[in-house]
Amino acid sequence: MLKLEHISKTFYPGTVNEKVALSDVSLHMAPGDFATIVGSNGAGKSTLFNAITGAFYVDEGRVYLDGKDITFTKEHRRSQEIGHLFQDPLMGTAPHMSIEENMALAYLRASNKHTALFKRITKEEKKLFREHLSKLDMGLEDRMKHPVGLLSGGQRQALTLLMATMVTPKILLLDEHTAALDPGTAAKVLQLTKDIVKERGITCLMVTHNMHQALELGNRTLMMNAGKIVLDVSGSEREGMTVDDLLNRFQMQAGESLDNDRILLSKYEKS
Amino acid sequence: MLASIFNASVFITAIELGCIYGLVALALFISFSLLNIADLSTDGCFTLGCAVGAIVTTAGHPFLAIFASIGAGVLSGLITAFLQTKLGVQSILAGIIVNTALYTINFFVMGNSSKVNVFGNNTIFGMAKNLSASPVYKDLYKMVMAVVIVLIICGLLHWFLNTTLGLSIRATGDNAYMVKASSINPGFTITVGLAVASSLTALAGSLMAQYQKSCDINFGTGQVTIALASLMIGESLIKKGSMFKRAIGVVIGSCLYRIIVAVALRFNLPAEALKLTSAIIVTIAIAAPYLKTKAAFYQRKYGIGAKGKEEEHA
Repeated sequence: MLKLEHISKTFYPGTVNEKVALSDVSLHMAPGDFATIVGSNGAGKSTLFNAITGAFYVDEGRVYLDGKDITFTKEHRRSQEIGHLFQDPLMGTAPHMSIEENMALAYLRASNKHTALFKRITKEEKKLFREHLSKLDMGLEDRMKHPVGLLSGGQRQALTLLMATMVTPKILLLDEHTAALDPGTAAKVLQLTKDIVKERGITCLMVTHNMHQALELGNRTLMMNAGKIVLDVSGSEREGMTVDDLLNRFQMQAGESLDNDRILLSKYEKS
Repeated sequence: MLASIFNASVFITAIELGCIYGLVALALFISFSLLNIADLSTDGCFTLGCAVGAIVTTAGHPFLAIFASIGAGVLSGLITAFLQTKLGVQSILAGIIVNTALYTINFFVMGNSSKVNVFGNNTIFGMAKNLSASPVYKDLYKMVMAVVIVLIICGLLHWFLNTTLGLSIRATGDNAYMVKASSINPGFTITVGLAVASSLTALAGSLMAQYQKSCDINFGTGQVTIALASLMIGESLIKKGSMFKRAIGVVIGSCLYRIIVAVALRFNLPAEALKLTSAIIVTIAIAAPYLKTKAAFYQRKYGIGAKGKEEEHA
């Protein structure tokens, strides 16, 4: 479904701030694959997502989605087939517009835009939105005219998830989408994510800092470090893996990258 | 006291001007409030609409003048948007550049002259005057005309801003990330939004040309400040609700602004003081909500309103 071939990205090349964010990353996701990604801050997880969504163009390599070369496709065109959730629940919705209006915009992806420019929200669409909202079990279906800004972070994130998947995307990118929520709400949004992804067989990539989640969710675990995918386990190898194994691998990687920074390293050893 | 300052004809004139200039405030409502873009091409665009309106009206086509001005406004908006979305010019700069360029364009449109007279030509207001012979109507026809036009525009805006395109435009100013994620091209929505906004500004200019039967090259100077004042007054009156309600609020804000100015002029302020007055009104309109919350805070801090609390405790 998604194929990355040797993609690289360097920010601020040729300056003191030069940062190699992605270095020769290759990844192939089969249809229905659900992979979790772990890695320390700055490992390139979000950059990887942005390379897929088209927030920037990669310096080298190719990006394929469902067999189509989208390396130089514009961001708003790619988003027709990509769902993207951020850690910040405020990023996925327009606060001054109603729930209904937000959903109508997300639903635009399903329609032929040239004929839909002057269309208003139809009764059937309202009914459809209601059905989707009632699945959240948050009472949002009775508040469809309310501005989204009045919702809590958890409600907004659940709504964003709904909006990203209402029209089934070819790939769903979840960038720590439950990290900013309280444990109860996070569990709920996560359960919702699992249900939706499973029900529709959506190909999915999910960044997490929770090692349990990283092994439990989905069928594949990736680890990133310094702009590279350093671990890619699935199947029986993954089943045999414990959280401690993963943590050891993680610390090994993190240790290596901090090798020439004595202060950080000593701090690390103490703990 | 107020009655002497404030007779009916002053009030009617304020409503007339309030409605016509309200269209400029509506333009800023789209660009500034909805799209979150500071479009400073307003002054030049207003004069452009005025110049085109005056020229076509003197040619004997008052109705055509309206649509010609709207077309000119759309063009101006498209150029401002082109600078922003295709050439990477910052929005404020794009507006200023277009504003500057329009000064020359307006001069050309007016036939290399800085003033055009429409006196003696038929205008849409003149046509409206002949609809009825009743003496009451003779006093009110301009106001009726202005109110009807502005109501039609508010209705159209309400319709437009609730279409999928309108929703996309509103979302662009509200959350650009979300817009891209919904497969909408923000460059496109900005372009359409600015074109619509500029067309309203130019429409106001065209109506003004026919209303006061002349056009001056400096007519637009300061319009953006006045429109901003009207917008701020309107938005502090009506913050929420349907697009129609908010649009009406903006027009009411514009009328209120004209009434305030009319009162100020009655205090024998010289005409030159008008711009300073409008600058002060803008400041008050923008600062008032902020100062209100601050006042509430100080009231709490220094216990001016604590009397009620003591009673509660007792």
